[in-house]
Amino acid sequence: MINERHFNSFMIAIFIIVPAWAYINDEPFTITLMTRAVVFALAAVGLNIALGIGGLVSFGHAAFFGMGGYAMGILAFHAQSFTPIIETPFLLEGTKSMPIIWLVAIALSALLALAIGALSLRTSGVYFIMITLAFAQMMYFFSISWSAYGGEDGLSIYVRNGFPGLNTLDPIQFYLIAFVILAFALFLFARISNSPFGLALNAARQSEQRVETVGLNTQRIRLVAFVMSGAVTGLAGALFADLNRFVSPTMFSWQLSGEIIVFIIIGGVGRLFGPVVGALVFVALEHFLGELSDFWHIYLGLLLLIIVLFGKGGIIGLICGRQRAHE
Amino acid sequence: MSIVLLAEQILNGLQFGIMLFLMAAGLTLIFGVMGLINLAHGSLYMVGAFAAAAVAGYTGSFLFALLAALMAAAIAGAIVEMVVIRRLYNRDHLDQVLATFALILIFSEGTRWLFGSFPLFLDIPSYLAGPVKLPGGIEYPLYRIVLIVVGLLIAGGLGLMISKTRIGIQIRAGENDREMIAALGVDISKLYTLVFALGAALAGLAGALVGAIQSVEVGMGEPVLILAFVVIVIGGIGSIKGALVGSVLVGLTDTLGGVFLPQFFKLFLDVSSATNVGSSVASMAIYILMGCVLIWRPTGLYGKQQ
Repeated sequence: MINERHFNSFMIAIFIIVPAWAYINDEPFTITLMTRAVVFALAAVGLNIALGIGGLVSFGHAAFFGMGGYAMGILAFHAQSFTPIIETPFLLEGTKSMPIIWLVAIALSALLALAIGALSLRTSGVYFIMITLAFAQMMYFFSISWSAYGGEDGLSIYVRNGFPGLNTLDPIQFYLIAFVILAFALFLFARISNSPFGLALNAARQSEQRVETVGLNTQRIRLVAFVMSGAVTGLAGALFADLNRFVSPTMFSWQLSGEIIVFIIIGGVGRLFGPVVGALVFVALEHFLGELSDFWHIYLGLLLLIIVLFGKGGIIGLICGRQRAHE
Repeated sequence: MSIVLLAEQILNGLQFGIMLFLMAAGLTLIFGVMGLINLAHGSLYMVGAFAAAAVAGYTGSFLFALLAALMAAAIAGAIVEMVVIRRLYNRDHLDQVLATFALILIFSEGTRWLFGSFPLFLDIPSYLAGPVKLPGGIEYPLYRIVLIVVGLLIAGGLGLMISKTRIGIQIRAGENDREMIAALGVDISKLYTLVFALGAALAGLAGALVGAIQSVEVGMGEPVLILAFVVIVIGGIGSIKGALVGSVLVGLTDTLGGVFLPQFFKLFLDVSSATNVGSSVASMAIYILMGCVLIWRPTGLYGKQQ
């Protein structure tokens, strides 16, 4: 069994060495693939706050991913067509600046998570799964029917948004932006899971009654966790849209919600690096199996089935053994 | 807005709702008896539709097609239950969600591999085609009337089966206390396979019946599955009656909302933005309905109070 900390360092090394190799050998496509893995990992780190620590099985995180994507799409669309978003009661214009887009994406997806969470957390268990799934589907149909922003066709953004001092169209520089954000999100996740708040959230998953007896409001703790979770996934959505320079209703699709959970499961639930490993393996499978066969989802399905039925704890569980209690 | 149009739309909504019921009934039965959330239920709907389209293309008989849909979905359901689902009953919901998500991937891509990406078409048989005159001068497609009648008959039959027959007693007992009925000598694993196959057959039948008015394609099941989830959340998990009431509510809300909300917004907006806003709100109507039910009764209209 390898120490989990060593394994995590090894993962960080992969995310530095592979893009560096690709940069030296002039392989921009590999860098784009790695960026895709980083962005997916970020989305899954977001979900891991709710799912991994809090045990909230949200099958609707695509709602926040898509919300972040459309925040970017709408702001950049108005900036590139030089039209205001609204004129009355005050003038609101689009922007091509990444930091502002990120803040808007975080704020909007946090608000959406607050609304969805407030309703869904009135229930638990299977109801919660179905309701989050249903609300994400609502966003999907809403985005299709809202024809002002492309409807079913989505929105194309011609030039990637800007970041002060960097050329974001250069793959390696955009990769670095995404990588730094992911590193920050992982740091935040580690801090949250060891904080009194994270411990309470974890405890509420294991025994709700005891936590309530101590005098904590589990509902409120879960809602806060759900909002944070949605905000991080929303930020990932904004980056994903910028990576593709395109947003469409598929960012809201139920398949995507499922895939974000799959990242976590492949890697290992509740592990700091679980989402990172899962997203990397997923992108690798998508690329290599996708080359071999058009029907690579069959193999993904079989792999997933095997992991769920026989392998507990995902890849990290397999390599590093059972999760240790908090030190 | 004439009475005829209103009546037509109500019938459309009813027909849509009744077909949703066939999906929701199976899901709610499977959850009620086995405590399992089955995402692959939409795949069984698709299996039914594809089996029907293939057999109809081969034999030309719509009745054979329906039989094939029932058989194919029931057999697929029974096999899936014995190979995969059986291992999930004692697992938590996350494992159930993931394993059945994996099954969706396998079913969808498998079907694409067998039948290709292009939609198939299933024709309404000539003796069920064409409009029929209803009292009040309403002309309505005969096939849709048949769908409503068949759905209601199945709902009635299901209700009778659960309240009157021996198997129904076992199912209800299984919902209450599975150890106890196993101790009383009921072969519980056979019962589970049977319930799962029954739910699958209902989904397959719905797929075949709806396949004749829509196209039969990969991925057709999941949107219906999610609507069936909305139905179950509204009606209450485990309740067949709740599934029926929820289905009709969702069917009517969706259909009538799509027609009347744009009209409603025309009262105070100009035509193009009214159509826009109206259709956007209409696309969310059933989810808003679900939200309202959740605020009022978190466990659904007929669910057990916590």
